[in-house]
Amino acid sequence: MNEVLARVPIDPSTMAETPAALDASPESDPDRLRWFPKGTHITIRGLTKTFDDVVLYKDFDLDIPKGKVVSVFGPNGCGKSTLINMISGILEFDSGQILFDGKTARETRIGYVFQNYREAVFPWSRAIDNIRYPLQFLGLSKAERDARVEELLTSFDVKIDLNRYPYELSGGQQQLVSIMRALVVDPEVLFLDEPFSALDYEMTLFLRDRLQKVLTEREVTTLLVSHDLDEAVTLADEILLLTKKPTQVAERLQFNASRPRTPETTLTDEFIAVKSRSLEIFQREVRK
Amino acid sequence: MSAGLGKNRIVKRLQPLIGAAVLVFLWWLASEGRLVDPVLLPTPGESWHAFVSGLTEGTLWNDFWRTIVRTTVSFAIAIIVAVPIGVFLGSSETVYRSVEFSVDFFRSTPASALFPLFLVIFGVGEEAKIAVAAFGAALIIVFNTAYGVMNARKQRQLAAKVMGAPRVRILTDVTIWESLPQTFVGMRSGISIALVIVIVAEMFIGSTDGLGQRIINAQMIFDMPEMYASIFAAGALGYGLNLLFIILERRFVHWGGK
Repeated sequence: MNEVLARVPIDPSTMAETPAALDASPESDPDRLRWFPKGTHITIRGLTKTFDDVVLYKDFDLDIPKGKVVSVFGPNGCGKSTLINMISGILEFDSGQILFDGKTARETRIGYVFQNYREAVFPWSRAIDNIRYPLQFLGLSKAERDARVEELLTSFDVKIDLNRYPYELSGGQQQLVSIMRALVVDPEVLFLDEPFSALDYEMTLFLRDRLQKVLTEREVTTLLVSHDLDEAVTLADEILLLTKKPTQVAERLQFNASRPRTPETTLTDEFIAVKSRSLEIFQREVRK
Repeated sequence: MSAGLGKNRIVKRLQPLIGAAVLVFLWWLASEGRLVDPVLLPTPGESWHAFVSGLTEGTLWNDFWRTIVRTTVSFAIAIIVAVPIGVFLGSSETVYRSVEFSVDFFRSTPASALFPLFLVIFGVGEEAKIAVAAFGAALIIVFNTAYGVMNARKQRQLAAKVMGAPRVRILTDVTIWESLPQTFVGMRSGISIALVIVIVAEMFIGSTDGLGQRIINAQMIFDMPEMYASIFAAGALGYGLNLLFIILERRFVHWGGK
């Protein structure tokens, strides 16, 4: 029993708080004694994943806080995308358990934005039908579905003609469609896999701005993979730094600057401090 | 300036016809200049006359129509049978691997080699011709559809999965769409093959009408203008079907490769 408890890492920032017990009723459930910090949304326990004999994750534990943006950053090949793919349920893992407030990924409303928007949107459907697509699986009435779309379009203040097909839109506009498709279901968790890396800077700033607005309004638990440290820090409430494989958590840094964060945020002392610390840890891990 | 542009456009439009015009001219030269035995090569004028009078007064139109009907019926059967099978085979790699050899083998077998077999099974009537053409077309459609489904890029399927789509919906909303460009490739080759088989079947397995029968009859009585006219009709039919498919493809797979 002690062994189980010992394996669960306690986030230093919340260590002062009383850990909340997972309220599982069956006495036979071995997980009922596991602990996680208050305000946790996603619990990852004993995650193990190997690719062709290469151990990528071994007994990996992690707690992800509710309603926060967590940026995942780490050395090349440490499995950042693999991690969010496993959490989001699109990639199988060998063993371990991932739960969202006790639910599985399949039982959770998930939004996922892929890096490669060209191969993520459905080119045979008009942009607006792409955005509507996931709503049909929520069991809403037509009026509710229309209201959801309408609300989202208003908060994004979209200027493009959504009756066009994706291939008639620019790359940034396609990614915008992709982001709206992820958000229209009002996701409990949003996954962003390098969503801006293929876009120009102007479009990136625009999309970041809209995305932040919606995420702050709705307090969506968000996991962002980014290879751009500036971006990772700018958008994050917490930066999750990973080690080389077999991957473990190297460090978790908090970044509490007020929102909305703009390019000016990157000029503040707080930002520079967090970024320097992240870089330091990153370089330490790369050299290991 | 604009007149010049207009002229350019007309020249561009007519460009594809230049080759045809040269060909007809060479044909005319060869037949008028007696470079080839006139019994074997009538003049373009005689052949054209046979074509027009065959359509207006004779039975060419009827034969043309019979061939179209046989080709489309066999092609329709092929699609109805082959597309679902292709989707089924393609959606499971294990299943596909286990039948790949058989499909590939029959696809490589000349359909004409199967005529006798189909005659034994279906008799000398209409059914044998349609069945063998449908069989030939179906194999190539199965192969291409399965290939399209199997090689559908995974990311959109994952996107649908993460949005909560059940497996059947991933198949119908994403995978089948994703495979559609490849399925169309199969259908386009399928209809050409169906036409080839129908024409050959009309020639050799007891037919009283159809372009194939018309061509072989004209050959037997050495009515060369008639034969050239029928060959031209068969060519026009093949070309027309291909064109029809290009239009359908543009309409239904407008997003292909984008």
